[in-house]
Amino acid sequence: MTALGKLFRTTTFKLTLVYLTVFALFAAFLLGYFALNTRRLITEQITDTVNAEITGLSEQYRLGGIRQLVIVVDARARRPGSSLYLVTTFSGEALAGNVTALQPGILDNPGWTETAYRRLDEADNVGHPEHPNLHDHQAFVRVFQLPGGFRLLVGRDLDERERLYHIIVGAGRWSIAIVIVLGLAGGLFVTRRVLRRVDAMTETTRTIMAGDLGGRLPVAGTGDELDRLAENLNVMLERIEALMHGLKEVSDNIAHDLKTPLTRLRNRTEEALRSAKSEGEYRAALESTIEESDGLIATFNALLMIARAESGQAGDMLAFDAAEIANDIGELYEPLAEEKGIALKVEAGESAPVNGNRELISQALANLVDNAIKYTERPDKSVDGVTPEIVVRALNDGNRVLLTVADNGPGIPEADRGRVVERFVRLEQSRSKPGSGLGLSLASAVARLHGGELTLEDNHPGLKSIIALPRGGPLQST
Amino acid sequence: MRLLIIEDDRDAADYLVKAFREVGHIADAAHDGEDGLAMALDGEYDVLIVDRMLPKRDGLSLIGTLRAKKIETPALILSALGQVDDRVKGLRAGGDDYLPKPYSFSELLARVEVLSRRRGSRGEDTVLRVGDLELDRLSHQVRRGAEEITLQPREFRLLEYLMKHAGQVVTRTMLLENVWDYHFDPQTNVIDVHISRLRSKIDKGFSQPLLHTVRGAGYMVRDGAR
Repeated sequence: MTALGKLFRTTTFKLTLVYLTVFALFAAFLLGYFALNTRRLITEQITDTVNAEITGLSEQYRLGGIRQLVIVVDARARRPGSSLYLVTTFSGEALAGNVTALQPGILDNPGWTETAYRRLDEADNVGHPEHPNLHDHQAFVRVFQLPGGFRLLVGRDLDERERLYHIIVGAGRWSIAIVIVLGLAGGLFVTRRVLRRVDAMTETTRTIMAGDLGGRLPVAGTGDELDRLAENLNVMLERIEALMHGLKEVSDNIAHDLKTPLTRLRNRTEEALRSAKSEGEYRAALESTIEESDGLIATFNALLMIARAESGQAGDMLAFDAAEIANDIGELYEPLAEEKGIALKVEAGESAPVNGNRELISQALANLVDNAIKYTERPDKSVDGVTPEIVVRALNDGNRVLLTVADNGPGIPEADRGRVVERFVRLEQSRSKPGSGLGLSLASAVARLHGGELTLEDNHPGLKSIIALPRGGPLQST
Repeated sequence: MRLLIIEDDRDAADYLVKAFREVGHIADAAHDGEDGLAMALDGEYDVLIVDRMLPKRDGLSLIGTLRAKKIETPALILSALGQVDDRVKGLRAGGDDYLPKPYSFSELLARVEVLSRRRGSRGEDTVLRVGDLELDRLSHQVRRGAEEITLQPREFRLLEYLMKHAGQVVTRTMLLENVWDYHFDPQTNVIDVHISRLRSKIDKGFSQPLLHTVRGAGYMVRDGAR
């Protein structure tokens, strides 16, 4: 496709053509209407003037006879820019007036006619090189039969009318020509501009399709419809990039962090095949294999869940009471805490409305409580005379709802707090404890999914984990 | 119990058929949605195990078709999609239970057995009895022999669920789903501690324990005397 062919096929150019046709037709109609009406108006004026003169002159004739009429006509005919006059006898002999060379037979028909004529004062100049077209005068005349056989002809020259008409028609032709030329030029200009921007966008999308997800469509900054389109597409690209990024991160994490336990699993199985002797040894190896794969499945599920939460897939968002969640999770973990010698308390009196996925928020809070129990547990309970204690709270804080889990365990050094929220990061001291290291990451992803955040604070002593969520509207019941 | 396993992965289907036969059930297998539907329509099965993604006709549509024909055979959906909304979709389509892959056979077995006995079960009884243990669902009273036992509301629901399925294995996940309404896997096994608390209330001081731990699977309430 040639560049010009491409130009002609664009929507903008086709639109230009349509508009151009419409405007040209409109201009032609307007000027035509104008021209015809002007012509009609002038003709009407001529008619009125001539009628008035004939009335006046026939009055003169009635009062003073042919002599009076001849005097008046002579006087009038001499005035510059005068009408055309001719008074003749019954036989056609001119008595007074300023016209000659009328078309033959004109005087025999009373009434209105258009005729060629020559003014008497110009007749001498016939054939003069400067006035070759003197014959061509046209007039609109009325012949009036006076009583007594005389004839009176009064008329007006039509040149003015024709000139005006031609001027208007000429103007019409020119303006249509100009409309077409300017319209085509403008159309081509606009089309090329639009085409250039669309081409730029196409080019960018091509590089994006080729794998450069960081590319963005050019925005001209004029705020027009192309800009709006580009801006929206850019927002979409942003979202796609974020999703792709999340996906890539998950696959990286799966690659990095599932390989270790998978290798361990494989080694153990291999080891069992090589050296196990009794059925009991085989059984033990298989049981540990199942245990290890259950751990892998749990890690895998947690990763998927984090990825889902991070990509903004919340599932059903409902209004519920965070205080209820605090109570439920507290109740779920209380026996476990008690068994480990930890006092778990829930302080969640007033209703704390939240909009969100109840299941995910429950799990996030469960993870925090789980962590707290894991790290508050002390082998020797009376070592420092402090009773291990965990407090779960749900409280309203301005336009936020806070779900907090506070313990009086060893806590996390301030420098490490940011890091532990990242995936798989477990502080060295806790390597021996069970868990995938994903609990805090999941809690953090869930908080962010709901437009909130997870923060870790010093509880003096111990750790205080806070899930802050936007406060929801008042709840229907409870 | 007669089972129909509709699963397109032949290895997985063969494994399930073999495993169910080993524990004394009759199991058939179908490998695509159309075969599965045909077999489910004329076979007399107690429970269907349906993979969600099947060739020719997917699992949800298969169950939907059966339900439209008023065939109410309990169906358990197996799926690689394990999120809560996937589960909701599965149950809405007419499934009776939903188990995300990968699953353990003991979990599947426990759920299938519960499903097979759901019809005509004691689900509607107002008083549940196992041995000399008695639970009144209306007055919320629990007594063992002559002794009244005081339970917390959650402990009551836990015991109620276990007694409703007396004689059947109930897994930790089933308890978490049905008693607590959570579908996630807590990192630590919190259920065990709840069970041991409950056990200390209903079994302590009695010669015949009723609440048993089934190793590697879950728990069971059973009258040991019989």
